[in-house]
Amino acid sequence: MHETSVAVPAIFNLVPILPFLPLAAFVLIVLWANRDKKLSAGLAIGGVGLSWVLGWAVAFTTFGIEGFGEPVRMFRDWLPTGRTWQAFGFAVDPLAAAMLIMVPFVCFLIFVYSVGYMGVGKPESDHDERGAPAEPGHVDRLASRFFAYIALFATGMIGLILADNLIMLLIFWEIMGLCSYLLIGFWFARKYDDPKQITPKEAGLKAFLTTRIGDTVMLAGIFLLYAQTQSLSFADIFKPETLERLATTTVNLPLIGATPWATLIGILIFCGAIGKSAQFPLHVWLPDAMEGPTPVSALIHAATMVSAGVYLAIRTFPLMQAVPHGPAMQFMAFIGAFTALFAATIAVAQNDIKRVLAYSTISQLGYMFAALGIGAYVAATFHLLTHAFFKALLFLGSGSVIHGMEHGHHAGMGQQVLGIRYSDTGDQYPIPNTHAFDPQDMRNMGGLFRRMPRTAWTFIIGGLALSGFPIVTAGFWSKDEILSDAFNGHTVVFITLALAALLTAFYTARQIVMTFFGAPRTAAAEHASEHDSIFAWMTVPLMALAVFAVAGGWVGIPREFPVLGALSTNPFHHYIEGLAEALEIHVEELPFNSVPLLTSLVVALGGLTLGWLVYRKFGVGAGLAPAHEGDREGSPLQIPDPLARPLGGLYTVLRNKYYFDEIYHAVFIRPVQRLATWLYRVDDLWVIDPLVDGVGKLWRGISEVGQWLDTHIVDGAVNGLAAVIGWCGGFVRVIQTGKAQNYLLVGLVTVSVLLGAFLLLPK
Amino acid sequence: MNPASIPLLSIITFLPLAGGLILLFLPGERLQKWWALLVSLATFAVSCLLFVWWRDGEAGMQFLERGQWIPQFKIQYLVGVDGLSLFLVLLTTLLTVLVLLFSWTGINKRLKSYLFLLLLLEAGMIGVFVALDLVLFYIFWELTLIPMYFLIGGWGDPHSGYKFLGRELPWRIYAALKFFLYTMAGSALMLVAILVLYAQAGTFDLLELQKLSLTPNLQLWLFVAFGLAFAIKAPLFPFHTWLPDAHVASPTGGSVILAAVLLKMGAYGFLRFCLPLFPQATKMFVPWIAALAIIGILYGALVALVQKDVKSLVAYSSVAHLGFVILGIFALNPQGLAGATLQMVNHGLSTGALFLMIGMLYNRRHTRMLEDFGGLWKQIPIFGFLFVIVALSSAGLPGLNGFVGEFNILLGAFQANKLFAVLGTFGIILAAWYLLWAVRQMLHGPLIKAENAAIPDLNWREVLTLAPIIVLFFVIGLFPNLFFDKINPSAEAVVQALQQQRPAVSMVLDRLP
Repeated sequence: MHETSVAVPAIFNLVPILPFLPLAAFVLIVLWANRDKKLSAGLAIGGVGLSWVLGWAVAFTTFGIEGFGEPVRMFRDWLPTGRTWQAFGFAVDPLAAAMLIMVPFVCFLIFVYSVGYMGVGKPESDHDERGAPAEPGHVDRLASRFFAYIALFATGMIGLILADNLIMLLIFWEIMGLCSYLLIGFWFARKYDDPKQITPKEAGLKAFLTTRIGDTVMLAGIFLLYAQTQSLSFADIFKPETLERLATTTVNLPLIGATPWATLIGILIFCGAIGKSAQFPLHVWLPDAMEGPTPVSALIHAATMVSAGVYLAIRTFPLMQAVPHGPAMQFMAFIGAFTALFAATIAVAQNDIKRVLAYSTISQLGYMFAALGIGAYVAATFHLLTHAFFKALLFLGSGSVIHGMEHGHHAGMGQQVLGIRYSDTGDQYPIPNTHAFDPQDMRNMGGLFRRMPRTAWTFIIGGLALSGFPIVTAGFWSKDEILSDAFNGHTVVFITLALAALLTAFYTARQIVMTFFGAPRTAAAEHASEHDSIFAWMTVPLMALAVFAVAGGWVGIPREFPVLGALSTNPFHHYIEGLAEALEIHVEELPFNSVPLLTSLVVALGGLTLGWLVYRKFGVGAGLAPAHEGDREGSPLQIPDPLARPLGGLYTVLRNKYYFDEIYHAVFIRPVQRLATWLYRVDDLWVIDPLVDGVGKLWRGISEVGQWLDTHIVDGAVNGLAAVIGWCGGFVRVIQTGKAQNYLLVGLVTVSVLLGAFLLLPK
Repeated sequence: MNPASIPLLSIITFLPLAGGLILLFLPGERLQKWWALLVSLATFAVSCLLFVWWRDGEAGMQFLERGQWIPQFKIQYLVGVDGLSLFLVLLTTLLTVLVLLFSWTGINKRLKSYLFLLLLLEAGMIGVFVALDLVLFYIFWELTLIPMYFLIGGWGDPHSGYKFLGRELPWRIYAALKFFLYTMAGSALMLVAILVLYAQAGTFDLLELQKLSLTPNLQLWLFVAFGLAFAIKAPLFPFHTWLPDAHVASPTGGSVILAAVLLKMGAYGFLRFCLPLFPQATKMFVPWIAALAIIGILYGALVALVQKDVKSLVAYSSVAHLGFVILGIFALNPQGLAGATLQMVNHGLSTGALFLMIGMLYNRRHTRMLEDFGGLWKQIPIFGFLFVIVALSSAGLPGLNGFVGEFNILLGAFQANKLFAVLGTFGIILAAWYLLWAVRQMLHGPLIKAENAAIPDLNWREVLTLAPIIVLFFVIGLFPNLFFDKINPSAEAVVQALQQQRPAVSMVLDRLP
């Protein structure tokens, strides 16, 4: 089963069960525990918690192995494809181990957080609808289902990072896609007053189909790879001679000409990453995926699944780099850098607290791809890990804010209810006015710092890490490393990323200021609190993540960094280098240069300051608006954004996300639907089926002609013949008298004549 | 017990027929239902012995039975199964059981005839998959038409009127007629081709015929004659229009059998007859047939996307799925052939399950229109949960059965022709689109229609009907080698036979009496 040059500690035998622990929880919840929400939550947390402990045990064991680089593989034949076999197998190498540090741990924290978020332990409210969010103070009626889904998701993500070949990776990749779909649409019955606002069920479908486009292109790449190499195992594909062959043999593409197979396959596989990591032009699904419950946004759409695209690109990096700095790499650098800047500009103009973070995620993932594209293998991995911690932290913080706002809305509303509803048992329930109020809109917030201090502190730490606040935060170290790599000969990428970093710091400051500082702008914000028991479940994971959002970066401080570098051994770089060596990827530790360092200092601090200055006065003096009044006069939603006037039309464009949804709808979705409708008409009404019916009608016509011929000619002939015979019969009747004597007479005469003729005629 | 001494295949083929004949003399609906179920269960149990006693790694025919039938014309009773037909036989016997289980309620008229026709149909279908003598095959092939015709016409959609040739027909009558005549038209040519083959080679024995080589010109004509019959049955675009009518107008049991088994007879025909008998013509026709398969994949999926009736959505999706199967067969390599063989079974299971579930819903609501549903997941969660699994299986989600088949088909296709393969791959996106669209329209959203608020969830009998299929989804998806182990040697043999040089047919003609 094993195939490695290093002596393998026994703990590695546990690797194959890691993904299946959460799966066991999923199966148990679905088949057995689904009626008990507490038990379901416990199973999910237990499953992923065990994975976490074992995962860390495995990862820390690898840290102790000097020169660990060659993967430890465990596999067996699984799927026969013609004469070759695809294996069911797992492998641990430094990259997988580094991910094992992050993934199960973040999953575990988010699972714990979900207990609070879904209100497990609270009473069930009879007038909550299944498939719609519960009212504050009540448990979600489908909470068990939620925990089953996220447990299945954890299986997908853990399996993905341990996958030993592309087909395993694909399987877990798709499991995650499925969970993403199910979880985005978790509140499937939710409906909004505004018909234009996307509902969870639509967002889920959109996410699944958009990523499926990328997946399908990737699948084509995988098939081509198999057609070229007869294998999908990483160990086989990444053999130097195989890569050499892929890089030197070419395929003639129309319009483009001779292209090395490695380039083509690399780009195709990267398209899968574009879909999964929501990069331009397939980025449109991720912001709408925020319709899912917030833990899902944190888990799937920030920390893990979306970074699976980056992980895939890192995993297949040898293939991308087979043609050094070839088109595959350039393409990746371009898409990444462009997306980083592009998404950051949109984030500036969003008011939904989660959507700002969604665009920020897209932008940061673009950062990682840009880093990979310029060959900064280690830096990309590093940023992937630190980003997961602080972005999960930010999302969970935003979820806490939203819950706080909902509680505040509930508390501040008093008697303002729409009416009374009667349950089956005759109990009365007030119907709260929840429709007009959006607890996610940052314009409705303000001044939450004092009301939700734990949330605020941790959120600010996360925000600073995202902005790359110097020295203390993890984001600084990983971003700085990318920038200094880019500075080394990739000027365009460097400038783009620096601009994106500036915007990142700016919108982060905007978000923090609008949410936590100033005066509360609504009654909901005024009454917001984090004192309910559910917040105990929610704030502890926040604090744990905050620690990592800061300290996580310290493992990657470059040795050449002034002052601090002397204290650091840069263990992360050293560790990942082992893998890079095993894969024969050239990774250099660059000489220290002060320009990128200064740049990252300036953009981070500058952006933060700028954001603070612009939004400091947001909504000040507007007074407190009644919570339930939506767009009425005096509502905070009417306060103009300070950027709206100076940016003019550009602001509207950004606000509307460059109109990508509308464009895609007009260019792709409507035409496909029209084409489909048209084809159906061709099929059923115009051409194909009428042809078939036509043949039927033709034959029927022919047979009608036949029938006419039959009645008038053939049968006519028969009848005519009969008539002739009948007519003849009339004559014969004359002699047919019915008298025996006459017959005898005729007989006698006939016989006599014949006899006479016989005798008399000559022989 | 020595497997070789038992005529297993004959038992499997004629048990339903004998049971059906006995059924005609049984009184009382309860007894009839139990009897039919018992007969089908027994048939299924015996067919499982095929799997148990299978000799792994053998490419040739197993459980072969040979006997003279009409010696004057050298017509034999010759039956056998190999890796290509084994699972189709099992699929047939299993689905018949499930259809009978499903039909426990809901058949309100002429129950005895209904059950008899189903058993007769089962015998015919099994016969098609095991027959190795061309005349025997043809007889079984035609035998399946008659019960199906009566099932559609007799128990089909009660509502719709259909205007044809200026007069109002019940839709089911139109659909049954169309199904019958269209298939008949195809198989008439096949009969001619069979006779021509006999005239050339002097035998109807498929195993003998496979060893010969016909002149390319003759191959061409015979391929067309056989191929047309199979293309209509499969159905290959543009010969598919009988399918939506027949599927939608048919009673649920009929739809299940139609989609799950009868369509496979077409694809199986290509695999069993066209490829081995006419290798040169096959290679010549590859681009054409593959192109039609691709068109079918994209076209079927697109048309499925705009259907308002969920049953016709599934019907058109079958056109797309069978396109995949044909694409795999005409990749002419082991991956494609093996993938196509398994995918036939996969499609049978997932589409069968889809039709069963739509039927269960129809029994409750008496409508199949997407617009009449919405929010059902809240009302009937077990149904919703199972429907999502079935839809995902049909969409080819990894871990479920559809994936391993599709994966092999596309692997094969990419080695054969990259352009076709790329185009076919896009069918995957569309498959996810129409299936999840159906899920969204039926299950998601608020419960708008008041009628839906009172319908009961699946009962134990219905869950029992679906359970074997769902279990098989996972078994095939997670342990594909259980199946490929048996399919692969035969698929490999077909591919090798395509490359082989064979003795010219004239040598045999000399030996003719």
